[in-house]
Amino acid sequence: MKHTISVLVENHAGVLARVAGLFARRGFNIDSLAVGVTDDEKVSRITIVADGSDYTLEQIEKQLNKLIDVIKVKTLSPDSMVPRELILIKINCTAKQRPEILSICELFHGKISDISANSVTIEMSDSVQNINNFEELLRPYGIKEIVRTGTIAIQKGEAAVTVKN
Amino acid sequence: MTVARAMTECLKAEGISVLFGYPGAAICPFYDELYKSDIKHILVRHEVNAGHAASGYARITGKPAVCVATSGPGALNLITAIATAYMDSVPMVIITGQVNSEQIGRDVFQEADITGSAEPFVKHSYLLKRPEDTAEVFKRAFYIAGTGRRGPVLIDVPFDVQQSEIDFEYPETVDIRSYRPSTKGNGFQIKRAINVLKESKRPLICAGGGLFTGNGAALMREFAKKADIPVVSTMMGLGAMPSDSGLYFGMMGMHGKKAANYAVNQCDALFLFGARVGDRAIAAMEQRKNFTVVHIDIDPAEIGKNIEANVPIVGDITLVLEQLTEQLDAVIAEQGAFSHADWLHTLDERRGELPTEPAEKGFVNPKSFICELDRQLPAHSVVVADVGQNQIWTAANISLKDGRFLTSGGMGTMGYSLPAAIGAKCADSEACVVAVCGDGSFQMQMNEIATAVQHGINVKIIVMRNRWLGMVREVQERAYGNRLIAVSLDGSPDFTKIAEAYGIESMLVDSEESAAEGIQKMLKSDKPFLLDVAVPEFEKTIL
Repeated sequence: MKHTISVLVENHAGVLARVAGLFARRGFNIDSLAVGVTDDEKVSRITIVADGSDYTLEQIEKQLNKLIDVIKVKTLSPDSMVPRELILIKINCTAKQRPEILSICELFHGKISDISANSVTIEMSDSVQNINNFEELLRPYGIKEIVRTGTIAIQKGEAAVTVKN
Repeated sequence: MTVARAMTECLKAEGISVLFGYPGAAICPFYDELYKSDIKHILVRHEVNAGHAASGYARITGKPAVCVATSGPGALNLITAIATAYMDSVPMVIITGQVNSEQIGRDVFQEADITGSAEPFVKHSYLLKRPEDTAEVFKRAFYIAGTGRRGPVLIDVPFDVQQSEIDFEYPETVDIRSYRPSTKGNGFQIKRAINVLKESKRPLICAGGGLFTGNGAALMREFAKKADIPVVSTMMGLGAMPSDSGLYFGMMGMHGKKAANYAVNQCDALFLFGARVGDRAIAAMEQRKNFTVVHIDIDPAEIGKNIEANVPIVGDITLVLEQLTEQLDAVIAEQGAFSHADWLHTLDERRGELPTEPAEKGFVNPKSFICELDRQLPAHSVVVADVGQNQIWTAANISLKDGRFLTSGGMGTMGYSLPAAIGAKCADSEACVVAVCGDGSFQMQMNEIATAVQHGINVKIIVMRNRWLGMVREVQERAYGNRLIAVSLDGSPDFTKIAEAYGIESMLVDSEESAAEGIQKMLKSDKPFLLDVAVPEFEKTIL
């Protein structure tokens, strides 16, 4: 089962290595990992999507909490979070094909971020499932390159994972 | 002052009077300040043993002990000792020299990424990049190592940083927002634990090593006595319950006592006190389903890891035991004293040892040897067992009155006993300190006799010599069709001559009589002493 874990850490050198190393050596599988600073520049957030049983998840949470630089660990419930991923996708595209590709983009709220004679780069952000669908629709044109960020997620409503609460 | 000077000031502020180490170019500024300070430096003969000696020291004092090495190979040699301490929750601060800051990452002479390499085995580590952080980093390192679940903390200090000038003031307090070790147990769970006890007909306490690190052994004894509960122990918990207590049934697990494992199998409620129940200890209870487990540990990650806990209590073992005792007293005041006489009687019937067969001529039975050692040892002793058959023979047959049993329980690191004994003796000069090793493990550490001689550290060394790596040989006999490979120790030197070469006394023990005489002679001597004990070649640990 996939779990989305939001981890607040001290923004120090080497913290990411500690977190990633912990997953590797304890045999926890990471599907994706995204890091960024929070509103407090001394604190970073690592969002990890990991695969494993409930036992594994409990161990992941406990072992993460043991790392001195980890301030908070929270597994987000699938029903009450907004998960998002960003994709940059470069596909073959002749002038003739542009209209149909644009219409797919429109449908998925994708944005053209770069264009050349025979290619187009589109950026789109959504849930993993919608990104996968988007990717499949564009595949027939010939994919030159795909860059995905990995999932970040935030809780629905007023709940927040912050240093204080 | 320089950072190097500040480092010695930090150590003084933490009450460090002795440290174990091995110098090298990258740590020389710090050593130059050691030269000017009152801190005693014990020069080991291999860096790994600086770590093991600090481990032995810390286990006796209960406070973080310090070891030092230089950059690159010096630091890397410490890793096995760091991992050994980590597995057994030993508080330790490790100081390593590092190459110049601007050279880090360029593969210069004697450069190794020690914080990176040691990461899986440390509670925390610091690469001290900013000279002005020195005091704060040391304060935090000692705090982290010596609180919560104890463990090793590494501080890596580049050469140029050691030479930098700073204003120094040692902080009085420390506050790490992401590190708040839990202290008291949850009141609701404490009540549940007492309810489990009230309903139990066959309760059992399993005493773990956490009773020593958390200083809770005395409270556990009192609790066991008041509630009339039998006690078994893991290897790390040996000595928490005196072996002459009627409530004590010995070590559990793969190499444990029959009565202890029977108790684990038959109990209806198991109280784990500071025991993580590693795989070797858990063997006896893997099949069990219908019992209630009350697990008390300072590390929440240990609860539910190896065994499912019905009542989890996270907290400092001393505080939790105080809470439990308070509730227990209230129950006793209300309902009268606890008695589990029938259960204890059932267990008593399972006591009793297999008879020890006398060894053939020219040898002494290892079990009778340890029993004889046990008879003669003063009450206040520290016995350090190495790893292998010697460890099992010692753990199973040594009884502890007012002393300690140390061993590398989690990691099973060969070569631990002598350096750890040296450290233990430095921590408690009054104690009689004995290292028991095999002829395999002895040859991994015999260079440390020089350390004992040079610094006048009176440790006793017992080498159980059977000319084999006996534990591995047993595995090959049992599981690999007796195809023995790479377990013969042919080519080993005469250990009494090794002792002589180092200028220490020794004696060959090859009979029950010479065992008694040798032990007596060894204990009388006020200097390091080696007993070369000839045990039968094919004596086993598992019967």
